[in-house]
Order: sequence, then structure tokens, then C-alpha cells
Amino acid sequence: MLNKLFSPTEFNDLISIKGQDIKNIKKFLHLMLLIRKTEQLLASAKKSGIIRGPVHLGVGQEAIAVGISQNLKKTDRVFGGHRSHAHLLTLNADFYRLFAEVLGKETGFSKGMGGSMHLFDQSNGFYGSTPIVAGTISLAVGAALAAKLQNSKDIGVSYIGDGAVEEGVVHECFNLAKVLKLPVLFVIENNLFASHMHISLRQPSETTSRFAEANCMPYKLLDGNDVVTVFQNSKELIDNLRNGGGPAILELITYRWYGHVDWREDIDVGVARSMEDIKNWKARDPIHRLSQSMIHSKIWTKEEENELSNKIDTEIQIAWDKAMNDPYPSKDSILKFVYSNN
Amino acid sequence: MKTQKYNYGTAILSAFEYLLENYKETFVIGQGLWSPWYVGNSMTDLDKKFGKDRVIDTPVSESATTGAAVGASLAGMKPIVVHPRMDFMLYAMDAIVNQAAKWSHMFGGQAHPGVTIRSIINRGGEQGAQHSQALHAWFAHVPGLRVVMPSTVADARDLLIASVLCKDPVIYIDDRWLYEQEAYLPPIVELDLKDQKPQISLEGTDVTIVASGHSSYLVRKAGEKLKTLNISPEIIDVRILNPLYIYDIIKSVKKTRKLVVVDPGSISSGFSAELIAKVVENIEVNCLTSPPVRIALPDAPAPSASTLEKEYYTSVEDIVTKVQKLF
Repeated sequence: MLNKLFSPTEFNDLISIKGQDIKNIKKFLHLMLLIRKTEQLLASAKKSGIIRGPVHLGVGQEAIAVGISQNLKKTDRVFGGHRSHAHLLTLNADFYRLFAEVLGKETGFSKGMGGSMHLFDQSNGFYGSTPIVAGTISLAVGAALAAKLQNSKDIGVSYIGDGAVEEGVVHECFNLAKVLKLPVLFVIENNLFASHMHISLRQPSETTSRFAEANCMPYKLLDGNDVVTVFQNSKELIDNLRNGGGPAILELITYRWYGHVDWREDIDVGVARSMEDIKNWKARDPIHRLSQSMIHSKIWTKEEENELSNKIDTEIQIAWDKAMNDPYPSKDSILKFVYSNN
Repeated sequence: MKTQKYNYGTAILSAFEYLLENYKETFVIGQGLWSPWYVGNSMTDLDKKFGKDRVIDTPVSESATTGAAVGASLAGMKPIVVHPRMDFMLYAMDAIVNQAAKWSHMFGGQAHPGVTIRSIINRGGEQGAQHSQALHAWFAHVPGLRVVMPSTVADARDLLIASVLCKDPVIYIDDRWLYEQEAYLPPIVELDLKDQKPQISLEGTDVTIVASGHSSYLVRKAGEKLKTLNISPEIIDVRILNPLYIYDIIKSVKKTRKLVVVDPGSISSGFSAELIAKVVENIEVNCLTSPPVRIALPDAPAPSASTLEKEYYTSVEDIVTKVQKLF
């Protein structure tokens, strides 16, 4: 293992919160807990068969979207992929509308027409997520091009995974964004797996940000399970983007606790995915490492955490029950959304 | 009304000028836009007049460029992507088919990628199999795309403007073999693309001939010849292939009771089949007095040698001969 970032037994100590705004830190913890509990509820509802469509869960990866989104504005343009619940919830923590969408209800983020893999909330900066690997990266580049032509200080954000850099369009986008000096941040969530395949079986190097050098772009390669690191470093890159500094790559090393899709751990189908690794990566938990650090620094107590945890549990259960009772889209939805003003 | 003389290419150019002058959210992106090589006279000096920020020549990246235009359209712009050969655009299929075409539907009609993707059919000239394809039928098969094939000088200008002003993703397909046509056009009046329908180019009584793009041009020429042979064809130019408005074509077939479809693409599973199917399923069994006829390209890639090209492409004489056989 050349880089310690990829080792499941490294980076499992407390997260440094020294000098950080306590309000921010508490917000990070709250958001990460909320996203995790939302996704864990989805996992159990999928397991029990209430949810029919696929859900790609990002439990274990919460720190990335939480840290980055703290630096974003509602007028920025964020695009995601198949595993984007967190990307959306950090911009608008409306888990009720996420539940409704996953259940295919008309009250959902995409009016029940998208499900888990097609999420939309443009008024909060979430332009859309779709599940073709690397399918939206060029759209984020274009939204950044629009920002440049509109003389706004807004940026494009493209969330992709380590598998996406195996797609040709990603390299076209890196090059195009650099040549046109566009304000777009490429976030590579490197969780080491594309579906079942470990990165060592797919690429000659585990570090996908190597492509930043090929495209003369600034980049950072960091522990994606450290929300403070993600927040601070993405701020630096984003500030530079807003000031016309051109595109950048942020590669964040992380791990998903569940398998590629749904609730299983996928040890049986995961090539090079072991129970031992999952156990170790769970000790690199972005939430536990932060809350322990907060307790250690005496800005937080176990009691407060329990209270918060219970409060979120109650809120998401109420939202889930409500979403379950919501109506499905009307039958005319099949044709009426194909074109504008149909 | 004051009119001005255009050819098909300068008509397209005037549409670009109109859009760039009147709509600040318009920009053009694609390969070859700063060079006179790729797009004939249809984009001459646009970069000099409107600046290289709004007329963007790009790296050789069809996929990223097309996707970027889709993304820009979601952020309030009215982009036009130019693919100087339709064949090159195949690298951009995900952005067109998976993203742009489905965006509105996937998200419950809350956003529409109002992008126009102009691709040019560049048949002939010994360019061979990968510089000459007419793949309009592929795109017409995808719900969510509007597919526009102008065959006249007026449509080249007015339908480009309508495409760019339309909120939906539009595939606008022009053909280099149409560029020499000339016409006097009135000043620009903006059209709503949704209201555009097939156009009856010539009224007749004996046979309905339906065509798109360059085939419509050939059919108009064939029509002149057929009239001298005492055959009165009703000629219909489809113009908008998707969504297809079929009713006027059905009405015409009910009148003439004969149907010939001429298409600029290859014949099997092509757009000609869709036209005939939509007509046939909407008329009585005994309506037609002869079986419907398809005239399209052979099921083979375009050859390079000029002798083979002559054999491969449909001619005015081919159309005249096949129509004559119905009488």
C-alpha cells in the first residue's frame, strides 16, 4: 500500500476540530447523522421489500458531501450520479421528499418520476443526478460554462466515483474545462470499488487524482472520512474557482459500508471486499470520529448525542409514514412530462 | 413585403446572426467554428462578429462538448452545438439520448434542456462510410427529442430559430447537398416549433409522396417531371420528424389512394417504415390502390468511389421511375 489513505487501519483517530467554529462542527454532526439514519431506514425498507427500486447507499461516505456543501450557495450547480442521496440532502435536508421519491410518490423531489437514481432540487443548487456512470460530468462543465458566460461567481460541482475515471468522457471534460478555464470542481469519491470490482483490478494506480497533473489542474487527495479536512480544503479550492482560477479536482478516499446496491454487504460478490476490511473501515467512521473528538474537547456530551439521535429517529419515522401514505403520480404523467408544455 | 435573397447556407447564417443579436443567452459551440472548412457558408465570420466567447471552437471532444451544452441549457442558456458531420456526433449519444432527451421526464417536468444540436449530413464527395450518414431515424425513435429536418431555404433559417427558442432538446439536421438552393425570404418572424407541421409543397390528386431533408428536395424536382408525364403528385415535406404530426399525411393518402415515401437514410428499420406504418394503421384496408412504396438508401454503408456513389444515392430519375410504375 503506497498511500496510507487507502489503508483501512489508518486514519481512524479523532478528527481535529481545533480552531473550528463550534456551530459548524455541530451542524456537520447533525447532518451526517441525519443522512446516515435516512439511508439506514432506506436499507431496511429495501430489505423488507417495501422499496422496490434499487437504492445505492452511501453509508460511511457522509463527510464528503457535508464538508463540501458548507461552501456552496443555492445558485451553484451540483450534479450527481447513482449514489447521490447525501449530495442532495446536504443542500436541502428534506428527507421526507427523498423518501417520497424513493417510493415513487408525486410529493418526491422528482415528483415520483425518478426514484432514488434520478434526483432533482434545482432551487437549492441540486441540478440533478442520473445513474449513467460519468453521465452528468459534462453537464456540470456546461453549467460552469454558463456561469462564466453569465458573469456570475457561481460554480459547477460534479460528483463522480473512482469508476467514472475509466470513462472517456471524464478525460474530455477535464481537458475542456481546463482549456476554457471553467469554474467547476470535480469531486472524486474514491471508495475503492466500482460495483463489485476493486480499483486495483481496474486501474494501474489507486490514485485517480493523477489525472489532475495530466490536465495541469490543482488538486487535493485527502481522507474523505474527515469532515473538517474536506470542509477546509474544498473551501480553498472553491474560493479559487470563484475567483476565476479554473477547474480543480478533489479526490476523497472513503468506503461504503453496504455493497454497490441495496442493503447487503456484498462480500460474496465483491472482488477483494472482505469482512475484515469492512470492520476496519467502520472504525474509520466519519461520524464516530467526529463525535468522539467533540466529546473529548468537551463541546458535546454522550447525552446530547443520544438526544439528537432520538430526535432524528422520530423525525424520519414521521416523514417515512407520511411519504408511505402519499399518492403516486397520475397516469397521465407518462406522457405529460416528455416535452415542455405538453 | 421586402424580401432578401438567400441560399440554404446563408439562410442558416442569418438565423445564427438573428439569435446571437437578439438573445444574449445564445452561444454556439462545436468543432471547426473558427475555420471555414467545416460548415460551408453557414457560419462565416460569426466568431469575428460576436466574439470567441460566444462562438466557441472546441477540442476534439464531441461527448464533453454536447454534454456541456446540455448542462448550460439547464443553467438558463440557449446553446447550439454544431457537429460538422453527423457521424462525429455518435460520440455524444449519452448526452443526447440518456441525459437531454429524458431530463424533463425523469424529474417530473421541472427542468427542460433547451439545447439545439445541429448536425450536418455531408454525403457524397467520395467521403465514404464515416462522413456521410443520415441517422435522423435513430433520433426520431427517442421520446423527448424534437427532430427537425429543413429541406427549404426558408425552413433552414426559420426552423433553426424556432429550434433554439424551443425549451426542449432539438436535433436540427441539415444537408450539404441542399446548400445551393436559393430563395427570396421575407423578414424573420419567430415560429413556435411545437406548432410546426408537415408542409404540402405541391397539391395533387394522383399520388402522395412524402419525404424529409434532401429527399424532399429530390421529390420536388421529381414532381416537376411527373407533371409533364400527366401524373399529379401531392408532395409533403415532413420537416418535423419527432413528434410526428401525421394527420395531414393521412388525409392526403385518403385523397390520392397511393403512397410513396422517400427517405435520405438506409431503408431497413428506417423513418420510411414509420411513416408508412402510421398511415396504414389509420386508413381502411381497401383505401390504397397499390402497395405503399419506399425509396431509400440500400442497406449498406456509403461507398467512396464516385461510380458507386452514383449507384448508391437516390436520384430524381429513380423517384420518377418508381412513381410511374404505379400508373
